[in-house]
Amino acid sequence: MAKLSKLAKIYLALVFFILYAPIFYLIFYSFNSGGTMTGFEDFTWEHYAAVFNDTRLLIIVLNTVIVALLSALISTAIGVLGAIGIIFLRNRKMRNAVLSLNTVLIVSPDVIIGASFLILFTMVGVKLGFASVLVSHIAFSIPIVVIMVLPKLQEMSSSLIDAATDLGASPRDILTRVIIPYIKPGIFAGFFLALTYSLDDFAVTFFVTGNGFATLSVEIYSMARAGITLTINALSALIFVVTLGLVLGYYFFNQRSAANAGTGGTRP
Amino acid sequence: MTNRSSRPWYLAPYYIWIVLFVIAPIALVVYFSFLDLAGDFTLENYANFFSSTYFRMTLSSFWYAFLITLISVLIAYPTAYWLTKTKHKQLWLLLIIIPSWINLLLKAYAFIGIFGLYGPANQLIQFFGAGPLQILFTDFSFIFVAVYIFIPFMVLPIFNSLDKINPALIDASRDLGASQWTTFRRVIFPLAINGVKSGVQAVFIPALSLFVITRLIAGNKVITLGTAIEQQFLVTQNWGMGSTIAVFLILFMIIIMLLTGPKEKGGALNGKAK
Repeated sequence: MAKLSKLAKIYLALVFFILYAPIFYLIFYSFNSGGTMTGFEDFTWEHYAAVFNDTRLLIIVLNTVIVALLSALISTAIGVLGAIGIIFLRNRKMRNAVLSLNTVLIVSPDVIIGASFLILFTMVGVKLGFASVLVSHIAFSIPIVVIMVLPKLQEMSSSLIDAATDLGASPRDILTRVIIPYIKPGIFAGFFLALTYSLDDFAVTFFVTGNGFATLSVEIYSMARAGITLTINALSALIFVVTLGLVLGYYFFNQRSAANAGTGGTRP
Repeated sequence: MTNRSSRPWYLAPYYIWIVLFVIAPIALVVYFSFLDLAGDFTLENYANFFSSTYFRMTLSSFWYAFLITLISVLIAYPTAYWLTKTKHKQLWLLLIIIPSWINLLLKAYAFIGIFGLYGPANQLIQFFGAGPLQILFTDFSFIFVAVYIFIPFMVLPIFNSLDKINPALIDASRDLGASQWTTFRRVIFPLAINGVKSGVQAVFIPALSLFVITRLIAGNKVITLGTAIEQQFLVTQNWGMGSTIAVFLILFMIIIMLLTGPKEKGGALNGKAK
């Protein structure tokens, strides 16, 4: 393999610098005792203290986490069952139709999802707030869980199920003791993505949240529109650390399970 | 076959989801696009959409999306290309992707500071002798921030398709006397074109529908289709007009997806560009 030229190295370094500079810029100024993002005065933890003393903000963080965990759990359950259902669809046309419908919410822009869900909730008469936000998050996470689980189901040999049936397993046993354990990595990937989708979402939540309920993204948006407060910087540093932990944790978890999956697998 | 035809109970939630949250919302958007403010049937929204104001807005939204996509490809392609040649390429790729997991609003917020009148960007300009410039709330800042946000989504699919190319093909091309540039143009580029297509798909549609960055970074100078929809739904409360714009955005989306072909397999992971 050819070594990278100097130009290539400089170019890549520049791209990495531009990608990370704004993030570290935010984190750097979260320690600034002067109240702005220009001119660093003194090192301080006060903005972090402000985050942890702001009860309203903490409640919003709690809301965000609850919505994320609940929506990821529920959408994973529905998505996994949906994916199993799709696999067992014998009718090819029907299966393709369901798969196309599945991708609609993945490719739709957030504004469209948000606006159409807003109409839906208003027509049905759901009060905008926690319920509408949770239901929306479940709704847009389901298709991604299906997408993550399907490949695992496809690579599963049907003789496994036949064997289980021959050995007298009930459909319920087949589901819980054969299929689910086999597709576990896909389920975890789906759950993880659903979690990050929910934590990351702003646009859809912005449309379907009422006055009384806010998630972190919505709150940051209204804070940012009001101008610069270093509380947001402290908050973003904390979010960065949590995100990094999640992503790296997931990455190494995946690496390890990929290494362990060697038993009987056809992995290269 | 007979015993298979009984529909298992566990499919119910998924199908209910399809009906309630995939079919119904689209149907409702189409239905509302034919309603005026009083809730009566009208074609006025569609007539409005083709009036000069909205037509110009649509054109400018397309123009911005085009620029953002083009610049993203130009920056992301060499990045992806050289990344495939690094030693720990998967790790470097992960490092490119990590910023895309950081909440969009925080990144936009960082640029409010960076592009501010006393921010680092202006300090750099002053260092070279020019006076402080108004960077925030301009087209430039909008495009810059949008490209910044979309780069990971462009690098990932291009990297994946470049990485899949069999190195023997490149060796063969070189052995047969093709120059490095010819090899790139005639072998590498055509083989990796699907990655570029998925990247364009992952960037162009979201670029049409952005509204967070337009509000925070571009002031209200840049109006994209997304901004217009948000405006109609949440500010003007004219759901009919908002739905009409949404109908057109959906149509544009379908056209773009048909043009860029089926999404490459495996591109869905980390496809968080929305």
